Amino acid sequence: MDKIIAGKNVTVTDEGFLKDFGQWDKDIADALAVENQIVLTPRHWEVITYIQNEFKNDVPLSIRKIGKSGIVDIKEFYQLFPVAPLKTATKIAGIPKPVSCI
Amino acid sequence: MKRLVILGAGTGGTIMANHLKKELDDKNWGITIVDGRKQHYYQPGFLFIPFDQYKPEEVVKPIQQFIPKGVDFVNIAVEKINAAEHQIVLANGNTLLYDILIIATGSEISPDETEGMQGGEWGKSVFTFYDFEGAIALRDKLKNWQGGKLVVHITEMPIKCPVAPLEFAFLADSFFKEKGMREKVDITYVTPLSGAFTKPKTTETLNYLLKEKNINIETDFAIESVDNDNKQILDYGGKSVPFDLLVTIPTNKGSQVIENSGLGDELNFVPTDKATLQSKMHPDIFVIGDATNVPTSKAGSVVHFEAEILTENILSYIKGQKLAEEFDGHANCFIETGDGKALLIDFNYDHEPVTGTFPIAGIGPLKLLKESRFNHFGKLAFKWVYWNMLLKARPIPFVKAKMSIAGKDYN
Repeated sequence: MDKIIAGKNVTVTDEGFLKDFGQWDKDIADALAVENQIVLTPRHWEVITYIQNEFKNDVPLSIRKIGKSGIVDIKEFYQLFPVAPLKTATKIAGIPKPVSCI
Repeated sequence: MKRLVILGAGTGGTIMANHLKKELDDKNWGITIVDGRKQHYYQPGFLFIPFDQYKPEEVVKPIQQFIPKGVDFVNIAVEKINAAEHQIVLANGNTLLYDILIIATGSEISPDETEGMQGGEWGKSVFTFYDFEGAIALRDKLKNWQGGKLVVHITEMPIKCPVAPLEFAFLADSFFKEKGMREKVDITYVTPLSGAFTKPKTTETLNYLLKEKNINIETDFAIESVDNDNKQILDYGGKSVPFDLLVTIPTNKGSQVIENSGLGDELNFVPTDKATLQSKMHPDIFVIGDATNVPTSKAGSVVHFEAEILTENILSYIKGQKLAEEFDGHANCFIETGDGKALLIDFNYDHEPVTGTFPIAGIGPLKLLKESRFNHFGKLAFKWVYWNMLLKARPIPFVKAKMSIAGKDYN
């Protein structure tokens, strides 16, 4: 379905994940963060950039993986994205919902 | 003489030994299967042991019994794989060379990954049924348990047989009802996922069943530690769930052999092409079952389907032909829902489980994603099928490796 985020028309899944990473930009990230009661700080951006790079390299993401990334430990990951952090962080980053779920 | 070596004589390794013994020309190819264990476990049976529905001896038989004649069984544990030298190093220091290697080393539980899980309460009020000994210990605990807060808990995904913890919660509901003590037991299902299952339509059905059986659900719970003193589990986000009896599914990891060999990801699962089942790093290595990192369930049915496609691909590889990109992630799982009923789900990489009929479109006799007694008998009958047909790689009537979309209610 279509949704207007930060004044731009984008396509999202039923759960609100962007269908096309090409439509993502920083304004959209800020707007999605606000929807999730988060204000993005430079630490958030380090995590978002990391998970976008992993996505571009086709690496499946998991909370464990992020904990071992050297960017944040799991504790801080939860402080940055308090509710369902992997889902929230990937949504803000504009990439598909991780399939740690099979 | 060329040599094909299979590591692991569990479900996948045993099925492959049986397929390949029939298919490979034995003048040119020898087959060796390596496993340090003596016993083969029917792992789906572990679920029933705690409730005393299966006796431990029903789920265990000697490995040797299922290895076909003419295949060498090396009953020694593996230390590591030297992929660059096409060599296996055994625990006794001996080595084996291979022309083709099949990794079927499975997955195992690692309770030591979670702080406090193996603390003072381990074996007293903290249990798992994900191994044989654990299932028996839990049976003994449940015999005399007086009730209280039962917490059924998944540490992190992926796990072997992802529906088993839910089945445990459903069977526990029935078990305590039959004992006439259901009102003394408060059951909570704690999961790192955002719902009862990973696929939307199944989650809908399962949420309904949880509600009907008065089982609480706590989602998005990523455990940080088990607090043994206060008998509670704590999550990274600051949530806590108290328990009197914790039945946990610890982190599942691939074999230590994979880590020793530098062939795995952060959980020791082997990066594998999800359609051909060839290792992504070494063309002469193939991977089957729980040992792979392919995005489908870690389950016996998956291994059975993978084995048919992997057999074809190994024959193609030997002939120097292109590998068929055929494996579609097909999984087929019975879900025990208690009170003598079960659900059946059939799905693959692209299609989530939906309602319909199975295996014959429009007829069944099994019903998909609906509770029925017939499905429950299907699950019980599967033990016989496993020992007598599946491990021996005999075809199972009407059930194909590639998932059929006929008879299923999509949209």
